Amino acid sequence: MIRKFAALLILAGIAAIFTGLLFTYEPDAELNTTARYYAERTAADIGAANIVTAIVVTYRGLDTLGEVTVLFLTAAIVGLVLARGRRRKEDRHLAPVGELLATGSRFLAPLIILLGVYVFVNGHLTPGGGFQGGAIIASGVLLILLADPCRCLSHRIIDTVESVSGLFYVGIALLGIVLAGGFLDSHLLPRGELGDLFSAGAIPLIYSLIGLKVGAEFSSILAHLSETEEL
Amino acid sequence: MALIAMAAGFILILIGFYGALTNRNILRMIVAFTVADTGVNIVMVAVGYMRGRTAPILDNTVPAAAAAARIIDPVPQALVLTAIVIGMGVTALMLAFAYRFYEKKRTLDITKCTELKW
Repeated sequence: MIRKFAALLILAGIAAIFTGLLFTYEPDAELNTTARYYAERTAADIGAANIVTAIVVTYRGLDTLGEVTVLFLTAAIVGLVLARGRRRKEDRHLAPVGELLATGSRFLAPLIILLGVYVFVNGHLTPGGGFQGGAIIASGVLLILLADPCRCLSHRIIDTVESVSGLFYVGIALLGIVLAGGFLDSHLLPRGELGDLFSAGAIPLIYSLIGLKVGAEFSSILAHLSETEEL
Repeated sequence: MALIAMAAGFILILIGFYGALTNRNILRMIVAFTVADTGVNIVMVAVGYMRGRTAPILDNTVPAAAAAARIIDPVPQALVLTAIVIGMGVTALMLAFAYRFYEKKRTLDITKCTELKW
């Protein structure tokens, strides 16, 4: 009882802070200096139509590399924590998943993965990019796992895709030091015409690699979670 | 519009905190944390919203020259983009630890976890 009262008291304090923030909030009328810089310079400097992508991949590229590393660590720790005491999946007895899901997943899973690839290849032109595309690919993998929970996804394929795309990502970043302005500089390749598929320098390449890496990491997390034995 | 989104985000954060503080079941706490996480993301996107402007993507209707006057703030969007992905990774990590906890203690009650209590 007292615990619940203390929790409500803390929440009331936080709610008071939030109300103060909400009622004194005034939306900006103009972009601030940083946002204005990105808005004005992206087209000329980077050549990416999607300004968010230009920020994520080039202007703040090092942060993105760090974020992909965090994701990799997460996937690795999930694998490590769940690795012990694994039972072979064939021993499990599960109820049949049903005709609709089994047939539907066979039809939909390739299309979902194709959509994921489309989203990360066009990340510099349309709303989307590597992280979103990777998550869509992983949702296709999730559908496959839902339709057949006893299926063993090949960890070797997932791990190979993950490490190869990671290596190429860092390799392109290092090439930037030699051939362009610095680490993760996207001017390795020609800037091209604004709005073309082959434009914005190395951004489509880098974002595709990020998409493959994120998709592989999420898929490996899903595969590990699905392989945990029933308790 | 931004105020409604921001209020919704704040309410989601409060709901999430309430769930995390009052529930004893680890799975319920994890769900509560993801609700609070969503609230934080909504608040951040709402801060970047500006009335009468459009998404930060350049095309024929938003030429590069007029971009600064036509688009909303792209920085919070880039932030939230990464925050969502990291949030998903953290959730997966919490679920994996909850699984190990259950394997060891045969319960999901957080009050049974007393090793680090003082």
